[in-house]
Amino acid sequence: MLDKHPTLANVAPEPGVGKPNPILEADGLKRFFGGLHAVDLEHLEVERGTITSLIGPNGAGKTTLFNLLTGFDRPDAGEWHLNGGPLVGIPSFRIARSGMVRTFQLTRSLARLTVMENMMVATKDHVGESFWGALFGRWRHIEAANEKIALASLERFGLDHMKDEYAGSLSGGQRKLLEMARALMVAPDVIMLDEPMAGVNPALTQSLLHHITNLRDDGKTVIFIEHDMDVVQEISDWVVVMAQGKLIAEGPPEHIASNATVIDAYLGRHHGEVP
Amino acid sequence: MASQRVRTVLAITLLLVVASPLAALAEGETLRGELEKIDGDERTPVAGVTIEAELDGSPVGSAESNADGEWEIPIPGAGTYLVRLVVDTLPEGVALTDPTKFELPNVNVREGQNKTVRFNLGPGLVSGVGTWTRVSSLFVVGLKFGAIIALASIGLSLIFGVTGLVNFAHGDLVTLGAVIAFWFNAAGGGPAWHILIAAVPAVLLVAAFGGAQEHWLWRPLRNRGTGLVPMIVVSIGLSFVIRYLILVVFSGLPRPYRDYAIQNDIQILGITTVPKNLAIIGFTAVVLLAVGLFLIHTRLGTAMRAVADNSDLAESSGIDVQRVIRVTWIVGAGLAGLGGVMFGISEQVQWDMGFKLLLLIFAAVVLGGLGTAFGAMLGGFIVGVAVEMSTLWIAVEFKTAVALGILIAMLLIRPQGLLGVKERIG
Amino acid sequence: MDIVKILIDAGRAAIGVPAAAYALSSIGLNLQFGYTGLLNFGHVAFMLVGAYGMAITVDLGGSIWLGVPVGILAAVILGLILGFPTLRLRADYLAIVTIAAGEILRLAVRSSWAAPLTKGIFGIQRFADEFFDLNPIPVGLYGIGRFRFDERTVWVLLLGWSLVALATVFLWKLTRSPWGRAMRAIREDEDAALSLGKNVFGYKLQSLMIGGAIGALAGMFLAIDQQNVNPDAYIPLLTFYAFTIVILGGPGTLFGPIVGSVIFWFLFEFLDGVMTALIVEMDIGFLDALDATDVGPIRFALFGAGLMWLMIYRPQGLFGSKEEMLIDAR
Ligand SMILES: Nc1ncnc2c1ncn2[C@@H]1O[C@H](COP(=O)(O)OP(=O)(O)OP(=O)(O)O)[C@@H](O)[C@H]1O
Ligand SMILES: [Mg+2]
Repeated sequence: MLDKHPTLANVAPEPGVGKPNPILEADGLKRFFGGLHAVDLEHLEVERGTITSLIGPNGAGKTTLFNLLTGFDRPDAGEWHLNGGPLVGIPSFRIARSGMVRTFQLTRSLARLTVMENMMVATKDHVGESFWGALFGRWRHIEAANEKIALASLERFGLDHMKDEYAGSLSGGQRKLLEMARALMVAPDVIMLDEPMAGVNPALTQSLLHHITNLRDDGKTVIFIEHDMDVVQEISDWVVVMAQGKLIAEGPPEHIASNATVIDAYLGRHHGEVP
Repeated sequence: MASQRVRTVLAITLLLVVASPLAALAEGETLRGELEKIDGDERTPVAGVTIEAELDGSPVGSAESNADGEWEIPIPGAGTYLVRLVVDTLPEGVALTDPTKFELPNVNVREGQNKTVRFNLGPGLVSGVGTWTRVSSLFVVGLKFGAIIALASIGLSLIFGVTGLVNFAHGDLVTLGAVIAFWFNAAGGGPAWHILIAAVPAVLLVAAFGGAQEHWLWRPLRNRGTGLVPMIVVSIGLSFVIRYLILVVFSGLPRPYRDYAIQNDIQILGITTVPKNLAIIGFTAVVLLAVGLFLIHTRLGTAMRAVADNSDLAESSGIDVQRVIRVTWIVGAGLAGLGGVMFGISEQVQWDMGFKLLLLIFAAVVLGGLGTAFGAMLGGFIVGVAVEMSTLWIAVEFKTAVALGILIAMLLIRPQGLLGVKERIG
Repeated sequence: MDIVKILIDAGRAAIGVPAAAYALSSIGLNLQFGYTGLLNFGHVAFMLVGAYGMAITVDLGGSIWLGVPVGILAAVILGLILGFPTLRLRADYLAIVTIAAGEILRLAVRSSWAAPLTKGIFGIQRFADEFFDLNPIPVGLYGIGRFRFDERTVWVLLLGWSLVALATVFLWKLTRSPWGRAMRAIREDEDAALSLGKNVFGYKLQSLMIGGAIGALAGMFLAIDQQNVNPDAYIPLLTFYAFTIVILGGPGTLFGPIVGSVIFWFLFEFLDGVMTALIVEMDIGFLDALDATDVGPIRFALFGAGLMWLMIYRPQGLFGSKEEMLIDAR
């Protein structure tokens, strides 16, 4: 088992508990689809510099929560803060720029851009990306520098040999990898991964897990959705459990594994009685 | 041969539409006439009355009658003009014998013709048309227009709902319905059936065409995984194919059906209108009611709405989505064809009538909510009435702009439309 | 049927004024459709405001050189008005609003309300004298055999193809830059672009405005050649020409619009010649029912079918790479 993060050692494993140094805080976040309460959170904090797993049965509202937090969907109520700054009403692209980047459950590769272009397009604050900058700015040296970073990243993800192929010609697993590598090019503080391991072969899973722990060790905060409990147990510092839109449990992985509420939620007993 | 056919029809049109076939040949086309007040046997010229002419909604000129009551407006060329007598300029004690006939909308002028246009004047107590008459008759015209838009819109909206495609060729299905009915009703080699009978094969053929389109074009494209944008481009390509083939076959001249082409106004409940307007409204209401009942109470209708709402969910709950899509195309196209026949009865049949209607159809479906059948009906009526009533305040030529205004305003305020729900994201 | 004559006429058309005008117009549409994935079905509206912006400026006593920026500004504003309500929504809403705007604008300039400025259905004439006065080319015919142009046409063609060249260089600068890469990312997947921090709405608005401004230039060029603007010239068919050209040449390629336009106008003229010959001169049974006025509509129907065929089987254009096409089919 990999190293656990020290700062969460003294945090009580209760839903909605406060953390010593949260990077992300959400309050009363709600999203309804007709009568369905897809997300209905009271309070959630994510500790800075940790790996937090978000788990829950299918349809629990995990992806919807990601959509809300990253501005891809609007909540019916509630507010949330990144690094203390409010994010209500901020468009998704600004949230991404302010340091919180997500990937999608169904991969979204930019098919008719090459793998390298996929990486390069993700860089932030690039003069060459504005109209006037593109025409008159000096951006070639920026491109050259970014290309080095991108290449190094592609190497880590085992995609460097594909760099001049169209992203659309990659396999499903490769696309997952590319999407993750691309998200990292934005240089985010918080990276949110929606089932990054789904469809990736087991050998690669191990190296992906390794990347994720490396990210944390570089000081980034990782939130990721995962169904495989072994994986969750292996790398999470903290686990948050959702069911039917609500936060039903959180705590260190060992705690969650033995939590009766969580087991009930997964096995579907006591449906509707979940607090 | 085609041009001979055209000429015959043109002659018929002239006879039908304008009751004054007098024509003197000279160079340069003009509209002209003599204004006389006829009171029993006594005829007196009426001077100082303004006459205006418009072509496709824009003015081409105006003239004032001289001391002999004569007036003349030079015009740019042959075409179908609207000629209007400005009622306010009639002197005291002179009025139109039929107060609603201050506008003659279909004055056909041939090459080189000096076209005589006649307004019948007599002694009148009321000069001009009262506000109530105008408002109420415009409202009825709006309802009729709305009914036609609604018929045409349901298909577009439902097809969007079940397949995600905005069909830019939908307007041309409207034209197709009108043109097929024209063949059965009024074409040279056709069976010359009454228009209400001719409507039956028209609707059936357009419905079949819709089904065939789905089977041989759209379904294969969906199966290939063709994206939204290419599909839309294909639909606009198809619209050009249909429209221009219709132009070849039907020619560019507007032509009326043999039945109900000219009707006199009637007064009913204080409303002045032509009977066919009321008939179209009534008939369409029945059809729309039937469609509504079909959607709510039959299994197929429920399935349609379910697929429109969420096709994955519908599929997983055992609905045969492909079949639902096919039926939607057939029903939607048939309704558009029916809308075309109604439109043809109401106005005339023209090769691009459906394309012109398309803008209003779009306004209706966006207003009501893309993908919802009831939204399309509601939107159709609102747009129809708004467009017609707007002419109370703004120039007739801008009435379609009202539809664009509604469209843009709706997109800004509530893009999902009145009855639509917010789109799925992510 | 004189096939040589038909071929020569088609060849003239392939490098003629319409070919240059539509190459330019399609360069604008290509930025919108080919690079950004925007469905602008009202490109004709941009051509219209460009042409009228210029003509009205001259008509009011301004110089044609003032008219050009006025026309461009008008197109940029139109892009803003049409893009603002629609570009946050699905791709089809822009298509709906632009196709509507194309029709409405034509009716608007025709109307009595606008007639004091636009001269209604009579249009505005002879506003480009300033340009023709500059013509340095001596009177005469240039070229060989039937393939000849007079000095006026040569002067116009020089202007047209220079504009095409300039626009191509401009697009080359833009699309090879990170800006162009962001545009293509948006074309591929808006949500992905958003998740990477790209201001998708802003980019799309820019694309619509810049592409529209290029369309407006094309509109001005056509108007200069004809020394005439008339509302009835700006029919939806013009947008459709540009779409066919962009797809023919390959959307999202630099030289696509030029290649597409040359092929398009060659085919246009060629089909015209051949069909007129078949219908009018020859005695072919089933074609008897048609006459010369049917040639135009039949040709448009054929082009419509061609557009469908291209979009389905060759969405990358006639010369597009197989590889890219395979990707698109997924
Ligand atoms: N746009 C939407 N419209 C209607 N219902 C939605 C929408 N998005 C999500 N839902 C519903 O909200 C609930 C939560 O969905 P969500 O995608 O967040 O689940 P999830 O936890 O990510 O599930 P999974 O593990 O299967 O990915 C589901 O019941 C889903 O059907
Ligand atoms: Mg999910």
